[in-house]
Amino acid sequence: MNDATKEMEPTQKLKFYQKGTFTVGNRLVSEADRTVQASIDRSNAITCGHRGCQGCGEALGARYVVDAAMRATNNNLIVVNATGCLEVFTTPYPETSWQVAWVHSLFGNAAAVGTGVAAAMRVKGRSEVRILAQGGDGGSTDIGFGCLSGMFERNDDVLYVCYDNEGYMNTGVQRSSATPPAARTATTDAVGDEPGNVFGTGKSVPKIAMAHGIPYVAIASVADLHDLERKVTKAMGFHGARYIHVQVPCPLGWGSASHDTIRLARLAVESGVFPIFEAEYGVITGSRKIRNRVPVVEYLKLQKRYAHLFKNGDAPRLERLQKLADRNIAEFNLLAHEGNV
Amino acid sequence: MLKQVEGSISTAEAIGLCRPEVICAYPITPQTHIVEGLGRMVRTGEVKNCEFINVESEFGALSACIGSSAAGARTYTATSSQGLLFMAEAVYNASGMGLPIVMTLGTRAIGAPINIWNDHSDAMSMRDAGWLQMFAETNQESVDLHIQAFRLAEAVSMPIMVCVDGFILTHAVERVDVPTQAEVDAFLPPYDPVQVVDPKEPISIGAMVGPDAFTEVKYLQNYKLDLALKLIPELAREFKKKFDRDSGGLLRTYRTEDADMVVVAMGSVNGTIKDVIDEMRADGFSIGLVTLVSYRPFPAEELRKALSGCKQTVVVDRSFAIGMGGQLAADVDHALRNVDRAPQALSVIAGLGGRPVSRASLRGIFRKAKTEPWEGMHFLDLNQKIVATEVEHMSSKRRSGPIAENLLRRVSVAPVAE
Amino acid sequence: MLQIRIHGRGGQGVVTAAEMLSVAAFLEGKHAQAFPSFGSERTGAPVVSFCRIDDKEIRLREPIMEPDVLIIQDPTLFKVIDVFQGIKRDGYLLVNSNKTLAELGLAQVAAKLPTGHTRVVAASEIALKHIGRPLPNAVLLGAFAALSGAVRLVSVAAAIREAFSGKIAEANVAAATEAFEAVSAASVAA
Repeated sequence: MNDATKEMEPTQKLKFYQKGTFTVGNRLVSEADRTVQASIDRSNAITCGHRGCQGCGEALGARYVVDAAMRATNNNLIVVNATGCLEVFTTPYPETSWQVAWVHSLFGNAAAVGTGVAAAMRVKGRSEVRILAQGGDGGSTDIGFGCLSGMFERNDDVLYVCYDNEGYMNTGVQRSSATPPAARTATTDAVGDEPGNVFGTGKSVPKIAMAHGIPYVAIASVADLHDLERKVTKAMGFHGARYIHVQVPCPLGWGSASHDTIRLARLAVESGVFPIFEAEYGVITGSRKIRNRVPVVEYLKLQKRYAHLFKNGDAPRLERLQKLADRNIAEFNLLAHEGNV
Repeated sequence: MLKQVEGSISTAEAIGLCRPEVICAYPITPQTHIVEGLGRMVRTGEVKNCEFINVESEFGALSACIGSSAAGARTYTATSSQGLLFMAEAVYNASGMGLPIVMTLGTRAIGAPINIWNDHSDAMSMRDAGWLQMFAETNQESVDLHIQAFRLAEAVSMPIMVCVDGFILTHAVERVDVPTQAEVDAFLPPYDPVQVVDPKEPISIGAMVGPDAFTEVKYLQNYKLDLALKLIPELAREFKKKFDRDSGGLLRTYRTEDADMVVVAMGSVNGTIKDVIDEMRADGFSIGLVTLVSYRPFPAEELRKALSGCKQTVVVDRSFAIGMGGQLAADVDHALRNVDRAPQALSVIAGLGGRPVSRASLRGIFRKAKTEPWEGMHFLDLNQKIVATEVEHMSSKRRSGPIAENLLRRVSVAPVAE
Repeated sequence: MLQIRIHGRGGQGVVTAAEMLSVAAFLEGKHAQAFPSFGSERTGAPVVSFCRIDDKEIRLREPIMEPDVLIIQDPTLFKVIDVFQGIKRDGYLLVNSNKTLAELGLAQVAAKLPTGHTRVVAASEIALKHIGRPLPNAVLLGAFAALSGAVRLVSVAAAIREAFSGKIAEANVAAATEAFEAVSAASVAA
C-alpha cells in the first residue's frame, strides 16, 4: 500500500559516499543540478539584515523554500506568514527583509489567509499567482491546526510549509505538540518524576496531512537543502493543498552550538529521529534512506535540552528514545537494504 | 423591486447586488439564512465572478476574508453571537490592517447560559475593535445599509459590521424594496484598492510595530473613523437622492421637537418605541426618539444636538456591561459630558436573550421615568421574585457554580422551602 | 391592524403558514409582517408563528399577545398550552379537527367569541385527500380567507404558488379552495 521501501528520487545523480560529510559542493555538479541558492538569479526573497539568530535553521530553511518557490512560479508568488520567529525577525518595523509579496495576519490563521488570497487571485483571473503559507510548529501543529486542516480538507491551492523547531522558541522555548519526548522546555522542566517533555504525547502532522488525501506531503530537513528545494519545486507542480514539514534546528531552544545546526539536522535524519519521506494523495511514495546510521545519543548529547538525560545517566529514557527512532526506521523503511536502492 | 420576503433573503440579495468577489462564512454558532442564500446565488450564477468558501470555523472565515481583502477582492462575511467571539482575534486584526471587509452581524446574545435569541451583546463585545458598526431598524434598512456599507468601508479602508437584529429582523418576512443591479452599480463602483499584496509590486503587509509607531498607527485608525463620521451623512444623502429612501446616516429623530423626554435606542426595537411614542403623545405625554444608526463611529456631536432641549433621556440598551451598565447609556452619558444643563440620564436594559420588548412594558417604564426616575440600570420585565429569592439565599450561604442552574434549583424547590 | 397567531407543531408548516398569509396580504397591496416564535424547535414540538396585516407600515416588533385571529393547526395543543391567551373579545377562532368544538371541550371558549367567529375545519383530512400528506397549513389559510374576509382566496392561492411549485402547489391550492368553499357555505347556511 505504501511505498516507503522505495528510495525517494535522487536529487543529484552523483554518488559521493564520502564518510563524514554529505555536502556535495555545487562546484562539483553540473549547472543544471545546482541549487537555486547557487544561482546568481536567486530571488533573495529573504534578504540580508534580518534579526535571525546565529545558526538559525528556520532562516536557512525559509530562504531555500521561498527562493525555490519563487523560481518554480516565475516569481508569481504571494507569501502568507504566521506569527512567530520568522515573522518577527524579518519585519522589524519599518524595515522588511522580504523581497516578495508578503502578508502576516495572526498566529493561528496563515492557512486560512492563504485560502483567502488564493480565492482573490482566482476571482481576479490571476491563475499564474501561487500561494505559499508558512509558519512554525506552534502556528501549524497547535494554534493554527484547525485552519490548516480546513485548508487541507478543502484542497485549497496553497502550499503550506511548517518550519519545525520543536517548540515555541520565539517566546522563550515553551513546549508545543511538536516537542519531542524528554526535551526540556520552559513548560516541561527537567525536574520531577518524568523530567522534560512527557513520552507518548505529540502528533505527526505530516501523517495527518496525508490522511486528508491531499496531492502532496513531504518531510524535509535543512540537512539536505538540495532535497528541500526539489520538494518545494515538486510541490509547485501540483495544484490543491500541499504540505511540507521541515525540521529546522534552533540553537537557542535546543541549547546547541550555532555551528552545529546542519550537523544536528543531519544527525536527526541519520539516527532515525526525524524520518524523511514524501507522499502523494495520501500514499507514501518514498523515503530517504539512512546512509550512515548513528545511535540517537549522538544526536541528543549535542543539545542542552537533553542534558538531564546524561547528567544522571538516565539509561531507561535514552533507551526509549532509541526505540522511537528504531520504530521510525522500521515504519518508513529507512535503512537502505540491498536491492532496495 | 418591491417584494414580501424574509429579511435574511433580502439582505443576501442586496449583498449579491454589491458584486462581492469573495464570500466566506461559517454557517453555524448561530447563523441566519444570509450565507445559505448567497451560496445558492453563487452556485446558480445569479452572483457572478464570486468565490464562495465553506470554512471550518468563524476564525477561519474571517481569516480567509483577511487574505482575500488584503489581495484586493471585495470581501463579505456574516456571523453572530458566539461566532463573533470565536473570530474576535481576527476582528481586531482586520481593522488594524485597514481591510474594508463587510460583515453582517445577526445580533444575538452570548452565553453562558447558552441562548440563541436576540440582543446586542455580540455587537457590543466588539465595539472597541475598530470596525464601523451600523444598526438596521428594518429589513429595508438592512438592504440599504449593506449597499452603503461597501462604499463606506472602501472609502475609508476600514471594515464595517452591519448589525441586523437576529430573528426579529433576519427571520421576519416583510415588505422590502430590493433595488436593481443597475441602481446599485450606479451607487457602488467596483472596488479599487490602493495597496494590495501582489507579486507585481511586492510589499510586506502586517509587520510588527513597536512602541515607536504604535500610537501613531492607532491614532490614524481613529482618524479614519472620524472621516467616516463625515462620510456617513453624505452617503445617506446621496443614497436618498438615488433610491428615494431615508436609510443610514448617523442618527434619526422622531417627534423630538419640544419633547421633554427623549428615548435613545438602536435596531429594530425603534419600531415598537415609535408606536409607543405615538400612543403616549396622543395622551399628552411629551416624548420623542433618537434612533442611533451609527454606533461606531459614535456621533457625539449630532447626539448632543438631538438631545439639546430635552429634560430627560431614557437609553434603551439591548445588552449591558456586567459590573458597569448599558453600553449605549454610557456612551450617551459620554456625549453629554460637559454639556450645560444636561438632561437627566436614565438607563433601561431591555430584551436580553430574546425577551420580547412589549409596548406595555415600554409605556410603563417611560411613565415611571418621569414620575420616579431611578439611578443605575432598570431591567425591563425583570422577574423580581425569582431574583429576590436567589439574592436572599446568596446572603445566607456562599453560592458557587452556574447561576442558571442555581436559579433553577431555587425555582424548583422554592415551594417546598417556603 | 389585523393580528393573527398560528399554533401548531414542528413539521406542520406553522411558520410557512404565517409567511404565505403575509404574502397574500402583500399581493393585495397591504403591509404585512410574518415571523416565527423564535426557538430551536424540533419536529413535533409546539410552534407559534405570527402575522400582522395593516394598510400602513408596520413598525411593531413585539410578539402578538392579543390576537384578532387564532389558527390552531393541531387540536392536541389545547392540553399542552393556553393557546387562547390574549384573544380579543371580537376575535376569530379557526381549529383543525374532525370533531366539533363541543367534542373538543371548547364550547365555553367559543361562546365568548361572537357568533360566526369560530369554525372547525378538518384541514388534515382535506390535505390528505388533495396533497397526500396531513399538512393543514395552506388548507387553513383558505378557511381563514372565508372566515375573516381579510384576504381573498385568489391571493391565498397566489401565495401558495409562491411558496410551493408544480403539483404540490396545485394540490395545496385545491385543498385551500375546498376549505374556503366549505367555510363560505357554512356561513351562508348560518
